[in-house]
Amino acid sequence: MASVTDAELKAMTQEERVTALGMRTEQLTGKSLYVEFDPDAEERFTYPWAPQVDFNKRTEIDTDEMTTTEVNSKIRALMEEGYGTIVLKNPRGKHSVGVGILSRLNLIIEGSVGYFGVGLIDGPNVRVNGRVGWSCGENMMSGTVVVEKNAGSTFGAAIRGGDLVCKGSVGSRTGIDQKGGTILVGGDTGALTGFMMQRGRMVFCGNAGKNLGDSMYDGTIFVGGEIQSLGVDAVEAELTDLDKAWLTRKLTQYGLMPEQGVDHFTKIVAGRQLWNYDNLEPHEKKIVL
Amino acid sequence: MAGTQYRGSEITDVDQFINDADGLASEREREIGQHIGYRYDVNLVPDYDRITPYLTKYMEVMGWDDLNWLEDIHMGYEEGIPAVFDRNNNGWVRIPDSISLPDNQQDRDMIARELLLKYQMSDRHPLATLRKAYMKF
Repeated sequence: MASVTDAELKAMTQEERVTALGMRTEQLTGKSLYVEFDPDAEERFTYPWAPQVDFNKRTEIDTDEMTTTEVNSKIRALMEEGYGTIVLKNPRGKHSVGVGILSRLNLIIEGSVGYFGVGLIDGPNVRVNGRVGWSCGENMMSGTVVVEKNAGSTFGAAIRGGDLVCKGSVGSRTGIDQKGGTILVGGDTGALTGFMMQRGRMVFCGNAGKNLGDSMYDGTIFVGGEIQSLGVDAVEAELTDLDKAWLTRKLTQYGLMPEQGVDHFTKIVAGRQLWNYDNLEPHEKKIVL
Repeated sequence: MAGTQYRGSEITDVDQFINDADGLASEREREIGQHIGYRYDVNLVPDYDRITPYLTKYMEVMGWDDLNWLEDIHMGYEEGIPAVFDRNNNGWVRIPDSISLPDNQQDRDMIARELLLKYQMSDRHPLATLRKAYMKF
């Protein structure tokens, strides 16, 4: 595998690359699945393939006459050239802008974007000066996204990591299927927020709509205002000192700290009454055995 | 009635799943022969007073003011051995014996974050090979 250079791999078809990298000769039987960390691993901070960008190297893209694909391709090309701060002008509500950025970058969007903006990202810091449509930051892995105005529904759908911030209000089903990360909202959130949430944290400085945290499996929701109603298996929990310190830090970081502090926040967690898996398994095992 | 009540057990000690790999504490867990739920507190938020120099440097390089996605990384316990779940590999990565474990979960989580980060950023990570073989663009 070590004898094949990147240039040689590039000239091959995918099938040839897979063979050359030894992925067809891998032992499948009797193989240990256990992997152990190397305590002497080198201290690196970015993925080996990530472009080396400089935050101080800045450029602008006027997206007015460009398609979404052209915009996203241009961002990648500029990152390869080392640009670490990219400003998008005239986004005009384009959908799927800035998706799939997998390394460090400052992305500034001057205006509003449409559906699925900055989804599937892993590392960049994004600031949107306008509004965003549905599913902003969906499947986000890491990084920060700050939206200065309001956001649509399913804000942060299936987010796995990072900080997703909306300084205005958001629609319904915020953080549906959230699997990690933090969603911070300066205003209100709509119905079915945190539906089927699995882990991670949500903070709402304003009010929450009906069925908050419905069928949540794990994770934490903090609400500063009124909660219209709780969903199935969402229950109130005690706000600890560690929670308060974390809330204070996070809200201050994004300029969302309420004047009255964080003591008034209500903490919502899973009641764990829906942890039903394996309930029938003993009976099934008996039948099979 | 089946499927209407959680009958798992609470985590009471930081070494609970090292001393007792199965972790069958409640009656329900003993009945089904399986621990219910995670072997660590997924809702535990990090204590920033315990952050390590390497993690501080990482935050600086990425332009973040906090641990960001690493806030969700905890040291878990798989089959009685401390390990960390790697989402990029969809599997557990074990902590070597040569690393001594602190006596509290917060410090253990910081170690877990460091080790996972170094592993993910190395050429040794399976994603590096997969990327070479299957990268589309």
